[in-house]
Amino acid sequence: MLNMQWTWFHRLGSPRWFYQKTQRWLPWLSAITAVLLLVGLVWGLAFAPQDAKQGNSFRIIYLHVPASFLALVGYYIMAISGAVGLIWRIKLSFMVMKSAAPIGAALTFVALFTGAVWGKPTWGAYWVWDARITSMLILLFLYLGILALRYTFSVSEASDRASAILGLVGTVNVPIIYKSVDWWQTLHQPATIKLTGAPSMHPDMFAPLLLMIIGFYGFYFLTLMLFTRAEILHRERKASWVRELVSKKRAEV
Amino acid sequence: MYFDSVYQLITMDGHGVYVWTAVVVTLVVLVSLIVKPLRQHHKILQTIAREIELEQLVKTTASQQEATDASNP
Repeated sequence: MLNMQWTWFHRLGSPRWFYQKTQRWLPWLSAITAVLLLVGLVWGLAFAPQDAKQGNSFRIIYLHVPASFLALVGYYIMAISGAVGLIWRIKLSFMVMKSAAPIGAALTFVALFTGAVWGKPTWGAYWVWDARITSMLILLFLYLGILALRYTFSVSEASDRASAILGLVGTVNVPIIYKSVDWWQTLHQPATIKLTGAPSMHPDMFAPLLLMIIGFYGFYFLTLMLFTRAEILHRERKASWVRELVSKKRAEV
Repeated sequence: MYFDSVYQLITMDGHGVYVWTAVVVTLVVLVSLIVKPLRQHHKILQTIAREIELEQLVKTTASQQEATDASNP
């Protein structure tokens, strides 16, 4: 039994296995994600009732909350895969870590941008140096720091390890962001969805938000797979299975 | 639909500018997150294909060279 688990673990760590498996998952994941995002967005923008206090500007929540959510979850995914790479020296997890950085940075940017355009009609300002917003900006810098580290070094074990350590150090920031609205007096409204307890939202508004969050999860893993697949080919380009794959593709054309 | 008309959906009582800006920017970022790795993937496949071609070319010229060397001692 134990033996079986370890073969599973090692196969999961094999770039080749990952590349071949994801090939089959990609069409399904793309279709599900596209449907969820489309239905969630149309529902949220055109069909959900407007907020009693904020009016229609609240509809930005359907982009802002899922993007922020995945920006934070994505940081953990990046940091954990870096840690797995450090501890078990699994090549694939370093590739996943590297792939997670641009996605996380882009989603953090989306969270900040949609927050700013939501802030203008709601608070009267695009930007305030509020605890939630400032800690989110730090998250963007952490992502950008890891991206910069990746571009400074070429692919090497040292660069993988350095990024993984930087990623792990940055995890301190994630609970600070999450808890910032409770710890400090902030302009930013408290969490709409809590891990414990019911959401502070009408079900008619909440249903499309839930669809968008699940859709963003799908989108996150979809792009993570796409980036990782490119990274695998890049790093394994001397490997015989990659060579065979390319030769086969050329023969088909 | 929650709104009475398409016009209302677009203007959203004055909030339309903010909401639609957020939507457009988000969609542009999301689409670029799909396009970028696909392009990278395509480029790497091309690079590897070129490398393989080059290696085969080197091999064939080397064997041809050997053949000419053997026939003209």
